Amino acid sequence: MIELTTSAIDPDERRRTLFDPGAGAYSSFEGWIRNENEGKRVLRLEYEAYVPVAISEGEKILAEAGDRFPHLHAHCVHRTGLLEIGDCAVWVGVSSPHRDEAFRACRFVIDQIKVRLPIWKKEHYADGHSGWVNCERCARSA
Amino acid sequence: MKTITVRYFAMFREHAGLDEETLTIDANDAADVFRATRSRHGSSEPSGHCKVAINDVMASWESPINDGDTVLLFPPVAGG
Repeated sequence: MIELTTSAIDPDERRRTLFDPGAGAYSSFEGWIRNENEGKRVLRLEYEAYVPVAISEGEKILAEAGDRFPHLHAHCVHRTGLLEIGDCAVWVGVSSPHRDEAFRACRFVIDQIKVRLPIWKKEHYADGHSGWVNCERCARSA
Repeated sequence: MKTITVRYFAMFREHAGLDEETLTIDANDAADVFRATRSRHGSSEPSGHCKVAINDVMASWESPINDGDTVLLFPPVAGG
């Protein structure tokens, strides 16, 4: 399940949705808003998404993860709107029978989310300027 | 000539100064639409960093364009 929300993400609440008697492992990733990017002091971030395609593409990514890692449960939640330093921008959680698949599936999902979903972020800097992050680093490391 | 709707997002919306517009252009594929909007709005972003969807389905720059399509132009994404 993939979800986009303007509300704060509660990782504990999300984690409970992955409980499964057959799962011996749980792994998660949280992306947080940090106060610096490429030498500039960041005050806050604004996320924009095109929801219909973000949802359909996100569901594809989760289905691909399920194909690669059998018996996997995987969820992802991504924030939109204005976020402050320390806020959780994205949460990925997976449960699976064993830890190796859990680690790898979690990494697969967040890496794909970053390069495939139509989501953009605008940084607001301490010097009063703002700018869209173009994520070339993400594309290079994919 | 084909009449299509083009939608702009994030940086592209700010460059164009609008969310969407209807264009009647001679376009065979999505790359033709991208080139037409780039010269129209003065953007220099190369298509290699960008993505395109047609009628809410992710597409490639070689995807054919039909009359009445809605073409969504996505600047470099930055989720996470």
